[in-house]
Parts: sequence; C-alpha cells; structure tokens
Amino acid sequence: MSASTSAWRLLLRSPVAVAGLGALGLLVVLALLGPVLVPYGANAVDVTRALQPPSGAHWFGTDDLGRDVLSRVVLAARASLQVSVVSVSIALVLGVALGLVAGYFRGWADAVAMRVVDVLFAFPVMLLAIAIVAVLGPGLTTAMIAIGIVYVPVFARVTRASVLGVREEPYVRAAVAIGAGPLRIIRTHVLPNVTAPIIVQTSLSLAFAILAEAALSFLGLGIQPPEPSWGRMLFDGKGFTGSWWMSVFPGLAIFVTVLAFNLVGDGLRDVLDPRQRSVLESRRDR
Amino acid sequence: MLRFTLLRAGHAVVVLLGVTVVVFALVHLVPGDPVRVALGTRFTQESYDALRAASGLDQPLLTQYVQYLGSAVTGDLGVSFRTGQPVTTILLERLPATVSLAAAALVIALVIAFPLGVFAATRHGRASDTVVRVASQAGVSVPDFWLGIMFILLFSVTLGWLPPSGYVPLTEDPLEWARRVAMPALAVGLVSGAILTRFVRSAVLESLGSDHARTARAKGLRARVVLLRHVVRNALVPVVTVIGVQAATLLGGIIVVEVVFAWPGLGRLTYDAVAARDYPVLQGSVLLVAALFLLVSFLVDVLYGRIDPRISAR
Repeated sequence: MSASTSAWRLLLRSPVAVAGLGALGLLVVLALLGPVLVPYGANAVDVTRALQPPSGAHWFGTDDLGRDVLSRVVLAARASLQVSVVSVSIALVLGVALGLVAGYFRGWADAVAMRVVDVLFAFPVMLLAIAIVAVLGPGLTTAMIAIGIVYVPVFARVTRASVLGVREEPYVRAAVAIGAGPLRIIRTHVLPNVTAPIIVQTSLSLAFAILAEAALSFLGLGIQPPEPSWGRMLFDGKGFTGSWWMSVFPGLAIFVTVLAFNLVGDGLRDVLDPRQRSVLESRRDR
Repeated sequence: MLRFTLLRAGHAVVVLLGVTVVVFALVHLVPGDPVRVALGTRFTQESYDALRAASGLDQPLLTQYVQYLGSAVTGDLGVSFRTGQPVTTILLERLPATVSLAAAALVIALVIAFPLGVFAATRHGRASDTVVRVASQAGVSVPDFWLGIMFILLFSVTLGWLPPSGYVPLTEDPLEWARRVAMPALAVGLVSGAILTRFVRSAVLESLGSDHARTARAKGLRARVVLLRHVVRNALVPVVTVIGVQAATLLGGIIVVEVVFAWPGLGRLTYDAVAARDYPVLQGSVLLVAALFLLVSFLVDVLYGRIDPRISAR
C-alpha cells in the first residue's frame, strides 16, 4: 500500500476529520450547483417582501431589499471558496519556492529570504491585507493578492524548516555526489519529502483565508456588491438589528466553512506528522 | 544573557528598518498620484501643491525615504491629508482605547485558557478532553466580529443590558468603561482563549509525560503538587511565547471588531484612513502597530531567555 493510500485510510478513521471532509464536500457542491439549487436569484429584489423573518417561503428570511437570505448565503459560497483557494495557491507557490531556495542553498539567499519573511511577519495579518488592498484598490482580485501575500511567510518558514532536515539526508548527499544539479535535486528529492507539513499548512491556511476574506468584505474592501459575499451580508445586517436572521445565517456559513477546513487540517496533522501518527496507530491496535 | 539580549535587539532593529521600507513603499505603490487621489473633489492647484510639498512627495525617492526615516526616528510621522493634524498626535490619542481593549481581551483569554487547557490535558483521551478540544476548535473557527454582532443582538437589542457601541476612557469612568469594553473584549478574548487553550493543553500534555514529572510522582509527591509545581510550571515556557504573539496580534489585529463596536482605537483609525485615502495616517498606524509587534516579540524573547537559560546560552 502506498504511503498516500495509507495516510488517506488513517484520515478516514477519524470521525472529526470525516465530518470536516463531508462539510467541505457539501460546500463544494453548493458552490458549483448553487445557481440551479437556490429558489431565488442573488439579486432578486422585492421590496414588498423586505425584512421578513424565516418562513416556509424564505427559510433564512429576507433582507432589507426583500432578497432571499438563503439563496444569497448559498450563492456566496462560490466566491468565498474561490478567494481562499486562489489566495492560498499564491501563498503556497511563492512561500514554498522561497523556503526551498532558503533552506537548500543557505548562505546569503537564506539570510535575505528570511529577513524578508521576518519583515512580513512583523505586520498583523489583517492590517497588512488591509494596507495592500488600500493601495491596490478594493475588489475580488486584490483581496486574493493581499491574502496571498500575507500568508507567504508561513509557507516559507514551514518549507524551510523541513528542507533543512531533508538536505542532510544520505539520499540528497548521494545525489550531490553523482553530480545532479540543484534544481533536479530539489525537484526529485527535496520537494517530495517536505510535502506533509505543507499539505497540513495548506488546509489550515484555507480556513484563515476564508476568515480574512469575510473580514475584508465586511469592511467593503473585498468582494464588491451586487455579488453576494458572507462578509458584506454581515455588514448589511448590522444596520438592521431587529432582523437577526440577516446577521446569524451568513456568520454561521463562515463559521461552518472555517471549522470544516480546520477539522480536516487537524486530521491531516494527526496522520501526516509521524509522532502523532504513531499515537493514532497505537490506539487502533488496542 | 547580555549578548543574547543585544543580538535580539539588533535583529529587531534590522527588521524594523525593513518595516519602514515597506511602509514607505505603501504610498508609492498607489496607482496614480496619492495627493491627487487624496484630495478627490477638493482638488485645487494651490491645495495640491501645498499638500505635495508638505508631505515631501516632490523630492527624489531616496531623499524622501531618508527624510521619512529621519523624521520617524524623532517621532514626526507627517500630517494627516484629511485634518492637517500631526499623525503622531492622532496615533497617541487612539492608542489607549486599543491597549485597554487588547488588555481586557487578553485577561479573558488567559482566564479561559489556563484552567481549560490544564483540565483537558489531565483528562487526556476522556470525554471531557474531547469536549474541550471540540469547543476550542469551534472557538478558533468563529469570526470574532460576527461573535461581536451576536453579542450586540443578545445583550443590547434583546436583553438591553449593555450599550451596543461607544467608548469611555478607563481613567474617566472605570465602571462605564467596563460596560462598554465587555462585549468587544469578550468577542476577541473568547477567540484568543480558544487558540491559547490548545497550546496550554499540548504543553501540559508534553510536560506530564516528561522525566521530571515521572520522577516527582515516583518520589511520592501528591498529584496536585506534581501538577502545579512541576508540570504547569514547565509547560509555561512554550506558552509564554504564544501569549506574547497573541498580545502583539491583539494590539494591531482588532480592526474589524473596533469597527463593529465604533471603538476609537488604532484599528478603527486605520479603517477610516483607508476609506478617506489618508495615506500618512495609514502609514503611521501600520508603522506603529508593526513597531509594537516587534517590541512585544523582543520582550518575549528576552523573557524566554530568562525563564529557560538554555535558549540564551545557544
């Protein structure tokens, strides 16, 4: 059995991780099929039905413009997932490249890369994201770039730490001895052996990216109306405290999505971290 | 220890220089002319020239950076595009609100995290441990600003116990300050508490399984004494770092909660500066928060070196 198949099987033994995976699966289905599943359009305005509490016709109630909150919550899933996946991909590609170069080559490349990472780490995540959006202008694309940039240092540090261990392994030294070039060694020997912590970090970062996107959209700096977004729906609901459903349901959607990514990330850590994994396996044997 | 402290201080200064480069670059990355953008509909050639000269933007780039750095060292961060007030004055006015909210939130976080984390670790693998783990996972996943909105709906709108927003300085009226800070501090503190609980739990778990804890039990000490004097004390070492990071993050990271509660701190100031394109204020608040973050990180490093001499000996 290959290592990835065995890791996958172990992951499926954790009920908590399975719950997270199930919730994520459902979210992806909603994001893809949302437009055909929902009863109303995202911007189907009907002021005669404004601010109606949850009912048979509108399960999550209606907002101040009479739009169906359930439909908007479902339709907002796509943009939220899109922002988190694209922004974490940006962070992953840049951060892993930086970490690989710093950890493998050491010397001045390492020194420069790590000082850049230290500088980026000195800014609280949301503050840096807001500052970047303020400069580039609000919108979906800039939100993805901003969230991507603020998570680069995390991936760079995680990758570098793993590379430092792997580069001393006999198989890497052997590759150097037979004259393999650094790029080939990194691609075929180093990268495949540092993926476990990167996979765990990816799952946890997706969770935080959802939170960051919601915060940016709440502040009017992320996804722009009329496109529905959970963060913006919360902002709109804040002005109508008598209509609790406008604030409760979009927030619950953020919470469930973030929780799902976190549960899967925790499950992956248990499976992919060798020390934790031995604990898991010893439990299974009992 | 002195060498360690000096090395950490040197490192912090180098990073701070990098931070000033990023903050300086912010305003130069704005597409178009920042002064023109800031003036918007208030544009006249005279006001444009005056603001451009006052903010030094008519100088060469390197000269501007050196001037910016020189002024920043002496506490001069320029003037607000919007009000004309010195940025330093504005920042100092807003700092107490943020610090008092961050401190209240941190106290709540610690009050939650220590008992829960230690409790869960000592009941490792049992149902109560699972409950704490699930609750802390939920706490980590909840957006703090949404929690704040839920508190407003419950405690202000439904029950009418607390005012929904606003700020009264602690020095002016401590009781009213407490009533106003309760909801934002609880929203932020619960999330921070959930993060800390996970760290306390794993640190205590690790310490419980260590040789010194086994020795203490083997020589017949009571379980309570082993836990408090040997286990928790050693578990504190890694937890101190996380508390430091949380404290630093709270000082600069409660932007959205400050907006929700109309709390006039640095976060709200940053948000307003972004909305008004007031770049000097945005630069100033970002620089101040990053500097505070580095200061707290430096203090934690030094404290860490004192608690665990092995760190500073390296």
